[in-house]
Amino acid sequence: MEFNRKDILDMESLSADEINMILDTAVSMKEISGRSIKKVPTLRGKTVILFFYEPSTRTRASFDIAAKRLSADSISLTGSSSSIVKGETLIDTARNLEAMKPDIIILRHACAGASHLLAGRLKSAVINAGDGMHAHPTQSLLDLFTVREKKGSIKGLRIAILGDISHSRVARSDCIGFTKLGAEVVLFGPPTMIPKGIETLGVSVAENIEDAICGADVVMMLRIQKERQKSFLFPTEREYSKVFGLTREKLKNVKDDILIMHPGPVNRGLELASDVMDGPYSVILDQVTNGVAVRMAILYLVAGGVRNADTD
Amino acid sequence: MLILIKGGRVIDPGRLDGINDILIKDGKIAEISSEGSTAFGSELKEINATGKIVTPGLIDMHVHLREPGQEYKETIKTGCAAAARGGFTAVCPMPNTNPVNDNRQVTEYIMGKAALEGKIHVYPVGAISKGLEGSALSEYGELKDAGVVALSDDGLPVMNSMLMRRAMEYAGGFGLPIISHCEDLDLAAGGAMNEGEVATSMGLPGIPNASESIMVMRDIAICELTGTPLHIAHVSTKESVHAIRDAKARGIPVTAETAPHYFTLTHDAVKNYNTSAKMNPPLRAAADREAVRQGLADGTIDVIATDHAPHAAYEKDVEFELAANGIAGLETSLPLSLQLVEDGLLSLTDLIDRMSKAPARILGIDNSLKPGAPADITIINLEKSYIIDAPSFASLGKNTPFDGLQVKGKAVVTIVGGEIVWKGRGERSSRPQAAPKKVLYVNPKQ
Ligand SMILES: [Zn+2]
Repeated sequence: MEFNRKDILDMESLSADEINMILDTAVSMKEISGRSIKKVPTLRGKTVILFFYEPSTRTRASFDIAAKRLSADSISLTGSSSSIVKGETLIDTARNLEAMKPDIIILRHACAGASHLLAGRLKSAVINAGDGMHAHPTQSLLDLFTVREKKGSIKGLRIAILGDISHSRVARSDCIGFTKLGAEVVLFGPPTMIPKGIETLGVSVAENIEDAICGADVVMMLRIQKERQKSFLFPTEREYSKVFGLTREKLKNVKDDILIMHPGPVNRGLELASDVMDGPYSVILDQVTNGVAVRMAILYLVAGGVRNADTD
Repeated sequence: MLILIKGGRVIDPGRLDGINDILIKDGKIAEISSEGSTAFGSELKEINATGKIVTPGLIDMHVHLREPGQEYKETIKTGCAAAARGGFTAVCPMPNTNPVNDNRQVTEYIMGKAALEGKIHVYPVGAISKGLEGSALSEYGELKDAGVVALSDDGLPVMNSMLMRRAMEYAGGFGLPIISHCEDLDLAAGGAMNEGEVATSMGLPGIPNASESIMVMRDIAICELTGTPLHIAHVSTKESVHAIRDAKARGIPVTAETAPHYFTLTHDAVKNYNTSAKMNPPLRAAADREAVRQGLADGTIDVIATDHAPHAAYEKDVEFELAANGIAGLETSLPLSLQLVEDGLLSLTDLIDRMSKAPARILGIDNSLKPGAPADITIINLEKSYIIDAPSFASLGKNTPFDGLQVKGKAVVTIVGGEIVWKGRGERSSRPQAAPKKVLYVNPKQ
């Protein structure tokens, strides 16, 4: 099978075969990261622009390391250094960047659909590194990779995703990604954070946290934005951690080999109790390690697509 | 000059329906007869209306002409040209211009410009509150004297219930109806489209139905309290339709309008972050669209208005959440509305009522085909099929989700005060070969 996709915009547009191909490619990419010389010449001469309108140290570093391990030249632009503050539109800014002939643009943006807007206008490959509340496909792919690595397969697993589903692009992408590969996804969070019609993504909503995690193979905890308290989504951090946070107490009746995941950064003690975060079930740091491998795989596959397009 | 409109089916809802000739003299309707006309001399201009519909001029009681202040989006001249092409003989521009139309000078400026280069009637709507700020009443006496026909803070709901009460009490004394843009700003805060499964899957912040209906219900309560006629702008939800239907049944003087996009499209049109379908209130779910259609059919919704909201292309060509709200509606309203007749929801007479007589009734404008009345007339060809071509709009706003849609029915002649201000000359689309989009909505009854 050949990977012919110009852009990676969301999990919806990727087929199960394409997802598996990315995950398979990531296996060999992970091996590169384990070497003492962590660099291969695969993308030598390719230019990757990391275009981050919204700050994200972690995702940006992960992409940057991935690009460098493949010998691509990467440059970073952040929201404050970009021209948007001077009134230039996203499309204009992107056109200017494209005039410098990059091969891949990685976009992080606070508005849903921003990467779709760019992808439709630009010849460069566009990789969505998170757009508003919509999608975060590379995070979802690294989640899938981590679960597959630990469990052997994703089909038939039960994945619980807990917390602020409404505002989480990771939750949306994970719902689609995990169900696409045959897992069952159950959600739970405060009713103020469960968006209308989420069931149309093929997932169910549990009535309480015990129901959600009972029998689960994976529990994905989501980060709570503390400032959401101002929009009345939850009364206090104290109550949130008590009712909706994951504590050792609540893990009494779960499977022995349950995985606890979190897209990071974690609010220690809020959505995740400190001892659970550092406990035996947690694979949060594996997710970070795998993030580099998955992003290397994506850059590699997408750059291949660009190379093919150039010869047309 | 004399104009004779010959052989058309003349429909004046509530008065007349039949093949008639209409003679126009000195800008007024001189004679209507089914006898066939006699010779009127060489001065006579004859319009053959055989096979066409002749109606009182269509009135769009909710438009944004953008002048003064945002002439790059639309001017009074281009907006009126677009209206004439759409079959409208009169439009009511909302006061959210810059400066705001909350005083005599702005009203007079708009009316003066319209008289000079507008060609159709322009009946301005004045602001309920000074500067649309929702904190103090504007001077209704002076506004009325200058020529406004209604009051509205359209686009900016009056959140303060006491101010709304006082506005309605005070406006009642001047015989000015209040047009209310119903939106609870706290409940709608941050929203970019209708709340529901489409917004959820696209990751866009939603605007719930209740943000509209809660204010519809509040304003009905204030209308009941004050007795001043209330007109509810751009109804988009089923809950609003129910509330208005109940209020009317209780005899409260409330009327309502909706726009063609609310009875044609649903929030599905927003998929793929299509900013040309971004508007406020947002396109709703299928059940809401159906309720709006039923509301039009049973008269709960009195009027079809467009909420014509022209924007420059670059204001739509951005991230969805940052895109301007609204669509250019003047040149697509008639064919989209005629689809209701095609679908069997409305009789032709009722449709013409919703687009000409009802707005005239609400605003107190003389609009009929009686002898002696001003000759404001629209001639419609029901059979003309064509593809909507936004680039060729007379409006500066080309922003519409209906571009490329195959439609049927067109205004072929628009007459204002006895003058022909629009006459279709078999005009050609700039892209006649373009494949039409598939039909956007199929009536479930068919
Ligand atoms: Zn409005």
